[in-house]
Amino acid sequence: MTAILRRAFLGLLALFLAAPLIVVTGVSFNGTARMNFPPQHASLIWYGNFFSDPGWMSALTLSAVIAALASLVAVSIALPIAYAVWRFNSRAAMALQGLARVSFLLPAVVVSIVYLVFWSALGHAGHIEDTILSHAVVFVTLPLTTIGLGFQSIDSALIDAARTLGAREGDVLRTVIRPIILPYLVSGLVFVFILSLNEYIIAYMVAGFEVETLPIKVFNNLRMGFTPTMCVGAVLFMLLGVLGFGAIAWVGDLPKLLGGRTQGSG
Amino acid sequence: MRRWQLSVLLSWPALATLALTVVPVWLLLRISIAPPDPAAPWGAGLTFEAYRSLLAPDSIHALRRSLQLAVVVGIVSVGAGFPLTYFITRMQRRAQVGWLVFLLATLTLSDVLIAFSWQVMLSKRIGLSRIFVALGLMQQPDSLAPSVGAIIACLTYLVIPFTVLTLYPALSQLDRSLIEAARTLGAPAWRAFTSVVLPLTRVPTMVAFVLAAVLTLGSFVPPVALGKPEHWPMSVLIGNAALAGHNLPRAAAMSVLLLVVTALLALGAVRAVRHRPTP
Amino acid sequence: MSLGLEVRQLSKHYGSQRVVSDVSLTVPSGQFVCFLGPSGCGKTTLLRMIAGLEAPTSGRILINDRDITDTPVHERNFAMVFQALALFPFLNVEENIAYSLRFRTINAQQRHEMVRDLLALIKLPDIGKRRIEQLSGGQRQRVAIARALAQEPMLFLLDEPLSALDARLRDHMQVELRQLQQKLHITTILVTHDQREAMSIADTVVVMADGRIQQIGSPTQIYRQPANRFVAGFIGRSNLIEAQVEDGLHLRVGERLIRPLSMPAMMSHGESVTLAVRPEEIRLLARPQHELNCLTGRITFTRDVGNEIELRIDCEGREIIAATSPAQWSALGAAGEPSEVALQLPPESCRVLTS
Repeated sequence: MTAILRRAFLGLLALFLAAPLIVVTGVSFNGTARMNFPPQHASLIWYGNFFSDPGWMSALTLSAVIAALASLVAVSIALPIAYAVWRFNSRAAMALQGLARVSFLLPAVVVSIVYLVFWSALGHAGHIEDTILSHAVVFVTLPLTTIGLGFQSIDSALIDAARTLGAREGDVLRTVIRPIILPYLVSGLVFVFILSLNEYIIAYMVAGFEVETLPIKVFNNLRMGFTPTMCVGAVLFMLLGVLGFGAIAWVGDLPKLLGGRTQGSG
Repeated sequence: MRRWQLSVLLSWPALATLALTVVPVWLLLRISIAPPDPAAPWGAGLTFEAYRSLLAPDSIHALRRSLQLAVVVGIVSVGAGFPLTYFITRMQRRAQVGWLVFLLATLTLSDVLIAFSWQVMLSKRIGLSRIFVALGLMQQPDSLAPSVGAIIACLTYLVIPFTVLTLYPALSQLDRSLIEAARTLGAPAWRAFTSVVLPLTRVPTMVAFVLAAVLTLGSFVPPVALGKPEHWPMSVLIGNAALAGHNLPRAAAMSVLLLVVTALLALGAVRAVRHRPTP
Repeated sequence: MSLGLEVRQLSKHYGSQRVVSDVSLTVPSGQFVCFLGPSGCGKTTLLRMIAGLEAPTSGRILINDRDITDTPVHERNFAMVFQALALFPFLNVEENIAYSLRFRTINAQQRHEMVRDLLALIKLPDIGKRRIEQLSGGQRQRVAIARALAQEPMLFLLDEPLSALDARLRDHMQVELRQLQQKLHITTILVTHDQREAMSIADTVVVMADGRIQQIGSPTQIYRQPANRFVAGFIGRSNLIEAQVEDGLHLRVGERLIRPLSMPAMMSHGESVTLAVRPEEIRLLARPQHELNCLTGRITFTRDVGNEIELRIDCEGREIIAATSPAQWSALGAAGEPSEVALQLPPESCRVLTS
């Protein structure tokens, strides 16, 4: 009895979560310019449209570039902090950690205003670096969490063993800590990349007029009228997301990376 | 050896974090007491006009709507997200990973796209209303948006992956032998759940709720796209004041208010978790 | 011949907590020494200080007459096998074994040969490419040993390495460890709480309790001549019987007189001492045969463990544990509890402990 209830619950939720994805994918294959679902006269015309339209392609490229750089910057901020907390129990680092968490939890629209104000005050509004840095700091709590988990997972006996086998501090870092941390680092990168790629309001406020990312272009299009071309972008992002997280799951232990039990226990 | 190395190590992170959190917030406060200026982002001088406008009925209602929305979305998303996470952590590894990738993938869609796809789904022509007619819940197909329900549905959709990710560590690491002990002591499955699992996960549940509420408070696009002006919460007013109204001081003042509300919400949640008597 | 390891007045305090107090000992080169004691006695901390993983609060550590107290871990060249083994999960077997060789000037060819030889030494020549999680408990154990030996260490330290293995494998590994150590002539210190383990493989046993050394000696010495109550009670089974000094040759236990093998000097009449007798050394008789060294009592409990019968006997309120072989038990003809029995305590089995 309860098994049936559980199945029904999971099924409904799965449907709920999948519905928009299905709708968007379906519309992208629509043969006409209207937003029809289920798609009529299925065709790839909008895909062609998307990839040949310089406006969409530059928005896509821009989004990807911003996301990539933001993720690198975020990790460059997160790694030293996480290491300082784990290795030195540094209170300064823990304070920075707290600050980072807070900036993630602030209402997004407020954050966007705050950064708009900030970059304007610097007289530097409207540049791509603004978006990159803003995203990096807002999302830094994600690699902080994953890398923190990574450090926590290091068994101190491994470090003792390495030292008795002749490793100096730097050797320990290189030969023991790095291989263990790496998957967590990568997952942190992927998280920031994906969230930055899709982030709208901060990107818009900070540099929207000059720097048109894909979500911004979609929103602008929304106001002017629908075309299924927008959905192509959505499908692309979906695929990227599935590929990205799927790759992490394939190579690493996804449950463990998210803080859960590891394989073979429980 | 330690101290200077530590300073060097943390110099860049500290610079980046402090520059981009403390400074902007201070600026926000400063702007909120400046007069608006059509020619520049904000004008010179000092005025409390922006804060005074917060007392207008418009703003009060918007704030009320923000809070209502936050609480409802928080409850719905945790209400659905908790059992979902619980079931996921009980699954075989393959299924678990599948669900996790699926949830993470839904994160890939920008709230703009999600709002848009909900618009499509709820429109007269396309989707959901036709199903409701077939089920006998509605007389005839009609557009289900813009409406409050639409906003709630969309926001819940956006927030659930975060809820699951927040609850996942705690539920995954749950010591099953505690539940088994409760069962052997005579508790039926349901009671074992409420008397063992819920108390143990009080904190992450509260964190998930606060996260859901805060994400809702800050959300701009879904309410704009799926709600009528009379449904708009404070976040929309802030966005509009900045973009269309060119009134940064007003946006700043409203932001400060929203920040205060958020902080109070978080504090309230922490209190609630700490002071609940043990069952 | 080199002196090996020397520890001088080594102490470790955490605030007011004294984990190791004033420990001094010498381990001659090539010997197998066991630090034995209950959990919390400081044996692991002592080992870790020798390894360099913990800094002593006071005292010195010397190897071959060289003071290494301040030498950092990675320069000491002491190999260690940890309780949890601490094999690197991200490296395969070969890479684990070869880890220490990275920090030496050895070319790839030499490294390869050394690993191959070590794999042969631990009798697992084919597992080089396997990942750690694919190995069984016993195999992991051996890989940990091989990894430690790769650096050709001066000292081989083991922290309760066999505690995670099941009993049979444990017995087997104990023998293998001993054989390995003898083959390589490497000075070895093994920490354990299992006294059977210590007794069966060590040349010298260091018994510890409460951060101090209780006794150092060969297994036979420790067993036959325990220095104090603690050692007598911890090693093997012992009956510790309260007795009073009767005269220069005898003790009084209740109404009975016991003559031990030797009495400590300068004891006055009536002074309290402890009489230590091992269960298996007590002779069981149906009826008392002598006045001296004989106790009588009622059997309250018997246990047949296959190769021996263990009995508990109530002698005028004292519980004495005796052990006898099944053959002797049936020869006795006793019907089990609660029959009366006489206990003959041969003088050479009676040890007098003053502390």
